[in-house]
Amino acid sequence: MSAAAVVLIIAVVLIVLALVVFLVATILELRKIVAGLDDVIEHVGGIVEKSAPVNEVVTTINEQLDAGVELLEGLLVKKAGLTDAVGLVDGLYPGAAAAGLRAFPESTEIVAPRIGEVYTKGTLTLARLGREAPIAAASPGEGLLRNVEGGSLAARALYPDGRPAVGSESLPGSPVIGAGAPEQYERREDIGAPRKRFPAGRS
Amino acid sequence: MTLWWIGNLVLLLAVFPIVVILLKGVLDAARTITPTVRGIAATAAAGSEDLDAAELLLTTQEQVKQTVAGVAGYGGSLDVILDDEEPR
Repeated sequence: MSAAAVVLIIAVVLIVLALVVFLVATILELRKIVAGLDDVIEHVGGIVEKSAPVNEVVTTINEQLDAGVELLEGLLVKKAGLTDAVGLVDGLYPGAAAAGLRAFPESTEIVAPRIGEVYTKGTLTLARLGREAPIAAASPGEGLLRNVEGGSLAARALYPDGRPAVGSESLPGSPVIGAGAPEQYERREDIGAPRKRFPAGRS
Repeated sequence: MTLWWIGNLVLLLAVFPIVVILLKGVLDAARTITPTVRGIAATAAAGSEDLDAAELLLTTQEQVKQTVAGVAGYGGSLDVILDDEEPR
């Protein structure tokens, strides 16, 4: 065998060895990749399975919450009126009037009255609980304006035999004031007139 | 004979290095993919674990239904005991 043939054989063997070594290493790496991708597919399948009902459930929850919001907004507007309702909401959550009430798109155009600054929380509700609710003077430092336990008894003590009809002797009507009042008083001329000036020499 | 030697030299000095370089490139590329796939698998596993709490949404859904039902009942009561807005 000539030397050239030996060198050729050695070259071919080297090439084949290189092919074997690198291809086997590549095959092992590809197997690792396949195993990793199998894990990925398994976990992604879990994600898909677990997240499948989320959309429906969240949609249902949103629908329920929307219904609750519409109910409360509708009740608030029914009881307080749209303008006062916007004012109340803006009083509790400053700036909320700009967003308006969801079920009442026209509420965004209302200039919110400053109800929250004039009345304490719940005052308007107490006022509407009955025209005779003893709201008394506002006391912003306290949460309750009405004595829940004693308020009813105290009011009942005013009329032990029941509330008489308006206009009866025990419950006279409101006093009439102004031009129709039974007592008319002449207007004093000095009221509103220029102040009298004394002589300059008097001190 | 001279051509044979030239062929041998080409085989050893050109073909063999090129084969080695190409195969090493493929192997290196495959080795860079492996840790990336492992990272994706770990992330997917963490995401899957995070979604275990998604089952609680069913409880939340039921509680929201009950809460809204309670609010509706409370609102109905308020509707009865409170006066409506007086027409201006």
